[in-house]
Amino acid sequence: MKKPTKPFLTPLRITSLVFFVLVVVALGTFLLLNGKNIAVLNPQGIIADKEKGLFIFTLSLGMLVVIPVFVMLFAFAWKYREGNTKTKRRYTPEADGSRLIEGLWWGIPITIITILGVVTWISTHDLDPYRALDSDKKPITVQVVALQWKWLFLYPDYGIATVNEVRFPEDTPVNFEITADAPMSAFWIPNLGTQTYAMNGMNSQLKLEAHTTGEYRGSNTNINGEGYADMEFKAIATTKQEFGLWTKAIQQSDEHLAWTAYEELAQPSRHQPVSYYMLHDRSLYDKIRGKYMDSNTSTSQGANIDHEGMN
Amino acid sequence: MWGRLSLDALPHDMITIGGVVGGGLALLAAVAALTYFKKWRWLWTNWLTSLDPKKIGVMYLVVATIMLLRGLADASMLRAQQAIFATSDAGPISSDMFQQVFSAHGTIMIFFVAMGALFGLLNLIVPLQIGSRDVAFPMLNSISFWLFVAGMVLMNVSLAVGEFSTAGWLAYPPLSGLEYSPGTGVDYWIWSLQIAGIGSLLSGINFLITIFTLRRPGMTLKKMPIFIWAVIGCLLLVAFAFPILTATLSLLSLDRTIGTHFFTSTMGGNPMMYVNLIWAWGHPEVYILVLPAFGIFSEIVPVFSKKRLFGYTSMVVALMAITILSFTVWLHHFFTMGAGANVNAFFGIMTMVIAIPTGVKVFNWIFTMFRGRVTFATPMLWFMGFVVTFTIGGLTGVLLAVPGIDFQVHNSLFLVAHFHNMIIGGVLFGFFAGVTYWWPKFTGFRLHEGLGKIAFWCWLIGFMLAFLPLYALGLMGAARRIDGYDASLGWQELFVVAGIGMLVILVGVLFQVLQVAYSVWKRRELRVGSDPWGGRTLEWSTSTPIAEYNFAQLTPVTHRDEFWEQKRPGHNKQAAPALTSIQVPKNTSLGIVIGMLAGVIGFAIIWHIWWLAFVCLVATIVTVIVATLREDTERIITVDEIVETEKRLRGATS
Repeated sequence: MKKPTKPFLTPLRITSLVFFVLVVVALGTFLLLNGKNIAVLNPQGIIADKEKGLFIFTLSLGMLVVIPVFVMLFAFAWKYREGNTKTKRRYTPEADGSRLIEGLWWGIPITIITILGVVTWISTHDLDPYRALDSDKKPITVQVVALQWKWLFLYPDYGIATVNEVRFPEDTPVNFEITADAPMSAFWIPNLGTQTYAMNGMNSQLKLEAHTTGEYRGSNTNINGEGYADMEFKAIATTKQEFGLWTKAIQQSDEHLAWTAYEELAQPSRHQPVSYYMLHDRSLYDKIRGKYMDSNTSTSQGANIDHEGMN
Repeated sequence: MWGRLSLDALPHDMITIGGVVGGGLALLAAVAALTYFKKWRWLWTNWLTSLDPKKIGVMYLVVATIMLLRGLADASMLRAQQAIFATSDAGPISSDMFQQVFSAHGTIMIFFVAMGALFGLLNLIVPLQIGSRDVAFPMLNSISFWLFVAGMVLMNVSLAVGEFSTAGWLAYPPLSGLEYSPGTGVDYWIWSLQIAGIGSLLSGINFLITIFTLRRPGMTLKKMPIFIWAVIGCLLLVAFAFPILTATLSLLSLDRTIGTHFFTSTMGGNPMMYVNLIWAWGHPEVYILVLPAFGIFSEIVPVFSKKRLFGYTSMVVALMAITILSFTVWLHHFFTMGAGANVNAFFGIMTMVIAIPTGVKVFNWIFTMFRGRVTFATPMLWFMGFVVTFTIGGLTGVLLAVPGIDFQVHNSLFLVAHFHNMIIGGVLFGFFAGVTYWWPKFTGFRLHEGLGKIAFWCWLIGFMLAFLPLYALGLMGAARRIDGYDASLGWQELFVVAGIGMLVILVGVLFQVLQVAYSVWKRRELRVGSDPWGGRTLEWSTSTPIAEYNFAQLTPVTHRDEFWEQKRPGHNKQAAPALTSIQVPKNTSLGIVIGMLAGVIGFAIIWHIWWLAFVCLVATIVTVIVATLREDTERIITVDEIVETEKRLRGATS
């Protein structure tokens, strides 16, 4: 196996490394140019703001480990390569550890993870989707039903319902109550923050708030059947006045939503257009959840229904 | 008579028909070649019925390689769809097919590629490295292998007869329940995993006992090679986690076949319980795959640095810490299900804690190079690539461990990029390194270095191209498993880059195939001795080709790097015990018979052909009883034969 020592930088290695760097640079440039497109890093609401901050903080903390790893990896590979005559005399084949260095390896990650652990504990409680947002404005309640393959939004306080579009006033907390009449789905508006699973019979809570007016993309992130990828909706934050006018207009709508119409709507369908309804039956949400909570299930499911029990 | 089975079960669309015809032709060509060259008897006696772990290991690796090719074909379809056709409704891949393909991709890559390669390497390396002649239960080992094959066959039969699951690789109910998936797809998923999973469990127990009872005299726990420690961690996880999988799949299949309500969303069933149970197996499974890769790199780095491993004790502590901790983090796969803040925070912090021992391992590997003499043969390149990709994956893993961040990236392509970072950069690179490293031990020739290096660079660059864009897409709001998106979102460019990355990876795979073919062709020129890399552990001390009994004498071990010490000038050689005759297990067809019966039972249950399932079940029980009554199961190799063999084999290499 003894061969004459080769130069460290063979043509293959140089070509590959150059290519490698080009790839990273190209990707980086693309991302910088498309920065506005990156929803999670362009938060438009208070929850998404905090989550972006947490993302940047954790990433920076992680770099404290990642950068030394990369530097040492390449520095040692270069310095202690077989052909390097300068370091040959410092060859220590028997060295198999050092209490000091190993102590350092255990110590640094433990310190970093301790810091991150504390931040995690605090931020997880702060970002608990069930926690009410601090605001002097009265929250709006929107009930969300994931269906195959569309989103139904119910506004029990306004007596209206919408499909694949949800509107709410800017700078006001929105209390989403989320359930599904479909396989497990997930409700996510990346610009506003925090996704939540939508599950049969459950009543998941999610509190979001948009800073200003704007139109954001929402979608399903959990596969729930053939038309899963179609499950997009628009989340539109408007001014208070616009919201008032919008709700009033829909309350006059000829399209009524009650149980029979709901059952028809709940049939699987793809590419469902946006539509508005006058909500005829304001307890529709509870009835939908009730489909999965017949009397003989109450004992086994009791613990899983939600934090508040049945509404 | 035939349950749900009818002619409708045959494929209708061109892509599936193409796949079936292609696979069928390949199979036919193999059969024709075996017949033409009159190799059937050779195949049967030398391979299929052999109980030699070296043979079983090779068969595992062959199956895993074929499955890797199928998994890559699936991945190519997914990438093509998302890069080219996702912005229109007119692509050749329907939503239903797309969902079958990603479900199959995940299932195949984890169960039949990663697990297959894992048990293949275990079979090849573990007995040799602990200085043993065999595994503890050779016949059970063969049964495990054939159960794995039965699962694999069943999984692929779904392509030709019926359909595969569309519920993803973990098939969450209610989607995987009868109401939303009434076809045979989920049943194929359940039974191919169930059968292969039982094989894995049996194999795990077998190797655990092998390590605990068959180590060379003198090899105390603290003198075990670090790879063996990694394997112990992996196998403890197999022994504790796979029963959970078996139980969970059984309950799901009861829901689907006899109408129970364990995981339905009505009648008192609880789908969230399934999610908990499947991840109570699923998270340890990740470590089942990656711990052996850690072990492989812990062997490779010292050998190619010509230096002892840095921090052996730290490494063992870290391995065992990871083993235990991996059972305490499963909930991080569903922070968004709505558990309270206390529960989420606890599991988030436990997840980060795993990063500590993992970080220690990375530092120790790097410090093994410190003041060494490092050569960069292909296995070492895989190590360098591994550290780069695995560190990025570890960083994104810590991000995902913080519930507040997970809320924003869960189930997005960010998550997909993260776990591919771990499984390709960690597991697959580790297995590639291991195969390249140990290849000459079993064949007598090295794999061609140049082709291997090109393959490595293609994999590394292809990997970065294919997965870094997915991180960005995830942050842009792209969910996983989508077969379509609006063109106005501006995602297509990044999907195209990812598709190009896939092509570069495929070029890498092509070079790997070329590398193996070329090396076999030029095997005389690439011929090496029994210890081509300057090995440190016992597997390099025996002859190549390796005798059926591995070691003629079981000389006691005195050092951790036993073979390295033996090669030193002035080494005080231990007195070898006198040669005695050796018992080796005789061939048996029990494994292949049980594998076939298990496959038919699975097929019969999937299609509700109850009489057939019953008949095969009875046949299995009878076969096992008959087999256990057989007394003539071992063959004696006499001292004369051993002397003869040793002379021949040692002569061949020196």
